[in-house]
Amino acid sequence: MHHPGTNNKVYKKINDNFEWSSENFKKISEIIKKYPSNRVQSAVIPLLDLAQRQNNGWLSKNSMEKVAETLSMSYIRVLEVATFYSMFNLEPIGKNFVQICRTTPCWLRGSDKLSKVAQEVCETNIGETSEDKIFTVVEVECLGACCNAPMVQINDDYYEDLDEGGFKKILQDLKDNKSIKVGSQIGRKSSQPERKFDA
Amino acid sequence: MLKQKDKIFKNLYGFEDWKLEGAKKRGVWSNTKELIKMGSDKIVEEIKNSQLRGRGGAGFPAGLKWSFMPKDSGKDHYLVVNADESEPGTCKDREIMRNDPHLLLEGCLVAAFAMHAHTCYIYIRGEYYSESSNLQKAIDEAYANNLIGKNACGTGWDFDIYLHRGAGAYICGEETALLESLEGKKGQPRLKPPFPAGAGLYGCPTTVTNVETIAVSPTILRRGSKWFANLGSTNNTGTKIFSISGHVNNPCNVEEEMGIPLKDLIEKHAGGVIGGWENLLAVIPGGASVPLLPKSICDTVKMDFDSLKEVQSGLGTAAVIVMNKSTDIVEAIARLSHFYKHESCGQCTPCREGTGWMYRMMEKMIHGNVKRKDIDKILDVTKQIEGHTICALGDAAAWPIQGLFRHFRPEIEKRIQERNRRVA
Repeated sequence: MHHPGTNNKVYKKINDNFEWSSENFKKISEIIKKYPSNRVQSAVIPLLDLAQRQNNGWLSKNSMEKVAETLSMSYIRVLEVATFYSMFNLEPIGKNFVQICRTTPCWLRGSDKLSKVAQEVCETNIGETSEDKIFTVVEVECLGACCNAPMVQINDDYYEDLDEGGFKKILQDLKDNKSIKVGSQIGRKSSQPERKFDA
Repeated sequence: MLKQKDKIFKNLYGFEDWKLEGAKKRGVWSNTKELIKMGSDKIVEEIKNSQLRGRGGAGFPAGLKWSFMPKDSGKDHYLVVNADESEPGTCKDREIMRNDPHLLLEGCLVAAFAMHAHTCYIYIRGEYYSESSNLQKAIDEAYANNLIGKNACGTGWDFDIYLHRGAGAYICGEETALLESLEGKKGQPRLKPPFPAGAGLYGCPTTVTNVETIAVSPTILRRGSKWFANLGSTNNTGTKIFSISGHVNNPCNVEEEMGIPLKDLIEKHAGGVIGGWENLLAVIPGGASVPLLPKSICDTVKMDFDSLKEVQSGLGTAAVIVMNKSTDIVEAIARLSHFYKHESCGQCTPCREGTGWMYRMMEKMIHGNVKRKDIDKILDVTKQIEGHTICALGDAAAWPIQGLFRHFRPEIEKRIQERNRRVA
């Protein structure tokens, strides 16, 4: 199953220049302060995250080289980390990065139906980006919200207690640039016991 | 059922204010200075007496683990909180971090003091974005109110807490992989010994502990180890957050007394199995890594470390995954095999190659597309992975499959027969 975060190849097609934005440059000095002064390599994951956010959700070769330069690490050490962790995308993604949890607790509550819905509404296959670049749809392993299954992560936010209809509406609203409600879709505050399931 | 007054997590569901003001109303940070004044030996002693066992899955006695930290090593000591909650079925630490973060932070101070640590890192999984932002706000509040930082709570103890976000790797829940990741490397587990208490983060004495273990410790100290030890049974004491997911009417997290019967847990808290108790097929009682239990065992088994061990399963993280008779049990386990294949770090050959092989085999088994002798072959492979890897991920990948064949072997044999008949 393709996933831009489990891809081990560096994306070569775009040769952009990557420079830290002044805002992120300030953040870097805050991040590095968390670790002992001779252990700045610890900041590689936070910095890759920062670079990915600045670079529209994925890491180009230049952005990883920038992180290496900032932390005085060799590029290969940074690349090694970027390929190991699934949250670092090594190829461009769409505006909405839709991650559908497929592991057993979500599957028991119908996550495979959500995958079908996503492919229909987003007009793309699992692991791919839609032609209009609005959606990238992937299936991922457990996201740790099992009592609110099935659930989907879109960019930074969790959408929980989903069903087909509700999920379809979320995706359609994203397509139409409308705002959508984050969290439980049946009005649960968190994971308290109060819902009925019919299937 | 656990009485309201014995609950430690009073804001588990986030109905009340999670910020400092709300936390103080619930008694968090109320007499932290006095707890610290007990001195580190007394704190460790109390935790030992409470018989608290680690809530991250392995169930190692917490007080004993804390006592492994050297007294005078001349190096910096570290407390690392494992908030990389990724075990399928488990979503309890998430609720602690977003709904009662100060409970965790107070625990960090007390535990770190007991371990002579001035620095604590909380390693939270990267996907928990809103949880990490709540936790960071709580940390900022605690600094602003001098609860942590220089002279924390006026105790004379300097204490810093830093939040570190991971980036999507189940294996970083293994303590040494977590330390590698925190040092800015790939999250591949280290060979032990040396254990983290001797040489952990940056080669310094370190203790890695689960969020829930840390979060319950101030309440234990406040109410006394006797109170905690009186809940549950010997060696399986206290309260525990159970995450109940899958085919139940009301999936939920709930804090209950250790040793509650599984049936009570599902029926009283989660609204029962969908279709009724008789419609139950199997339960995975402690997160994806433990073997499943068929209904006959679920009828009577108690939810604690030792009772579940007796029935060849485990309490793990107390994540109860319920499956009713509509479930394709082979696919349910095959999906877990896919999970382990995806999450193997690739360091040890038996796990790297074995998890992929087992997954492919399990995929075929769903349709009975194997030979009968392949069942013994896959069981043999699980035995060759189990215990032959650096960390427990290999074991965790093997156990669900062993559990499946222990209890549902006839089901797979039936599928093989049916397919043979179709093909012939």
